Amino acid sequence: MRSENRAPKSLTLAAIGGLLFLHLPIALIFLYAFTTEERTYQFPPPGLTLKWFAVAWNRADIWPPLYLSLRVAAVATLMALVLGTLCAAAMARARFFGRDQLSLLIILPIALPGVITGMSLRSAFSLMDIPFSTLTIILGHATFCIVIVYNNAVARFRRLSGSITEASADLGANSFQTFRYILLPNLGSALLAGAMLAFALSFDEVIVTTFTAGQQSTLPIWMLQELVRPRQRPVTNVVAIVVFATTFIPILIAYYLTRGGSETAGGGK
Amino acid sequence: MKSALLPERGPGDRLTAIFWRRPRVLLAVLIAPPLLWLGVVYIGSLAALLLQSFYSIDEFSGLVVREFTLKTYGELLRPANFDIIRRTLLMSASVTLASAVVAFPIAYYAARYATGRWKAVFYLGIMLPLWSSYLVKVYAWKLILAKEGIVTWVADSVGLGFLLDAALALPGVGGNSLSTSFLGTFLVFVYVWLPYMILPMQAALERVPKSLLEASADLGASSAQTFRTVILPLAMPGVIAGSIFTFSLTMGDYIIPQIVGTSARFIGLAVYQLQGTAGNLPLAAAFAVVPIIIMLIYLSLAKRAGAFDAL
Repeated sequence: MRSENRAPKSLTLAAIGGLLFLHLPIALIFLYAFTTEERTYQFPPPGLTLKWFAVAWNRADIWPPLYLSLRVAAVATLMALVLGTLCAAAMARARFFGRDQLSLLIILPIALPGVITGMSLRSAFSLMDIPFSTLTIILGHATFCIVIVYNNAVARFRRLSGSITEASADLGANSFQTFRYILLPNLGSALLAGAMLAFALSFDEVIVTTFTAGQQSTLPIWMLQELVRPRQRPVTNVVAIVVFATTFIPILIAYYLTRGGSETAGGGK
Repeated sequence: MKSALLPERGPGDRLTAIFWRRPRVLLAVLIAPPLLWLGVVYIGSLAALLLQSFYSIDEFSGLVVREFTLKTYGELLRPANFDIIRRTLLMSASVTLASAVVAFPIAYYAARYATGRWKAVFYLGIMLPLWSSYLVKVYAWKLILAKEGIVTWVADSVGLGFLLDAALALPGVGGNSLSTSFLGTFLVFVYVWLPYMILPMQAALERVPKSLLEASADLGASSAQTFRTVILPLAMPGVIAGSIFTFSLTMGDYIIPQIVGTSARFIGLAVYQLQGTAGNLPLAAAFAVVPIIIMLIYLSLAKRAGAFDAL
């Protein structure tokens, strides 16, 4: 029999080439943060410097969007955490009328293109005369973050055996004690992974946000404005590195938290 | 009636008793908050979108007239607007095809040959670009495709600059530089949505039983024949599932054509501009309904092809 685990050379090359294609562009973001050329994207950079990190640090227009993004992501994640866990608990427990429709409803906010979610919220705010504020941004973000938490929580609920909650009840614990001492420790890492992913998604979101933000800028909106009308280009790169790191690290944590399980975090963005 | 062996210790116990006797109550308590949120905020908003698209705008005052009319949908058929829809569909279709071609070797290798550590490398290698910042990825391509950027530099240093020039000289898709051409927009779309194609493809390929491949070989098929007649048909649901994402995401995106590309508009950009600077909410809403309808048709076709088992 032919050896089974040897891939044809051309396939290996295409696969590795594909992976490189996915990763190399990001590396350029890092390189251009150090370039001395601030008006064009000249390659190779004429010189290297560290000064843009200091310049970015001192630019007053970067800090308010950063704080806003962090605040929005934190609140949206918290709301999604509560709503997504409740939803997962209900869906894991029982079969009931409308269950399939509900699961469709949960994934709809990320299944439909962001422009539709954004435009829908925009229409609703306009019809109800709701002014744009931080709250409207959070409203949009929480809606599409629910599914992320839900996916992680429901996978863990499925792996939990029902008998541990029964054992807890037999030993005299009420529902709240069972939740606190039995369910929460078991769900913990899955919920944390879901929260990490939701935070990353919210921190980086730009499409829905442009429809619900009004005059305020989150960090991605600030970046978008710089992309359309560049000023000091390397400063944008420094901010891009910050955004990249702020989303990258939670994703890695989420991966390690759920590694080895039947469902690994992130499979269903 | 007291049936508990232990005395009740407070409201928590009383609620537990209710939950135990009537499981439906617990279910309702659990499901109500998320259902209210999604039902009111999300479905409510979609309904508002639909409602808005049946309103029209008063051409003199620029105010929205809240009266039912089909006039706004009629405007979609104007040549300028219809062009936007056609251009978007064409771009979505080509991006989907190209992603499928580029994704296949990665998915195939990851599903069939990667083991142990390489499996993890491939998993993270696909997952990290999927989740890492969308805007950063798009920005990276602005750097790459710029006229003075790395693509031009590489092409010139290996003496293939003429190929790049030839590609840019193509009518319809070319332009002044890659970052201001349809070709550039297309490349960025393929890059950004590629992981969405790889994942369902890989899932489908992993489910192809090894015994089928062995049976095919035993019956005398060459590996090319096995690939064409066994693997490819079985991978198809995964390809279709992936195409749902690439197609829908391309159709709704408005950031990429704005940053890399010509000034020609796509549906997403039209929606964004109409609701913003133009203040024509009804037409923006009508434009937004177009991708919904196309996706509903697409999804029902995909469902018939069995793509949902691969999600």
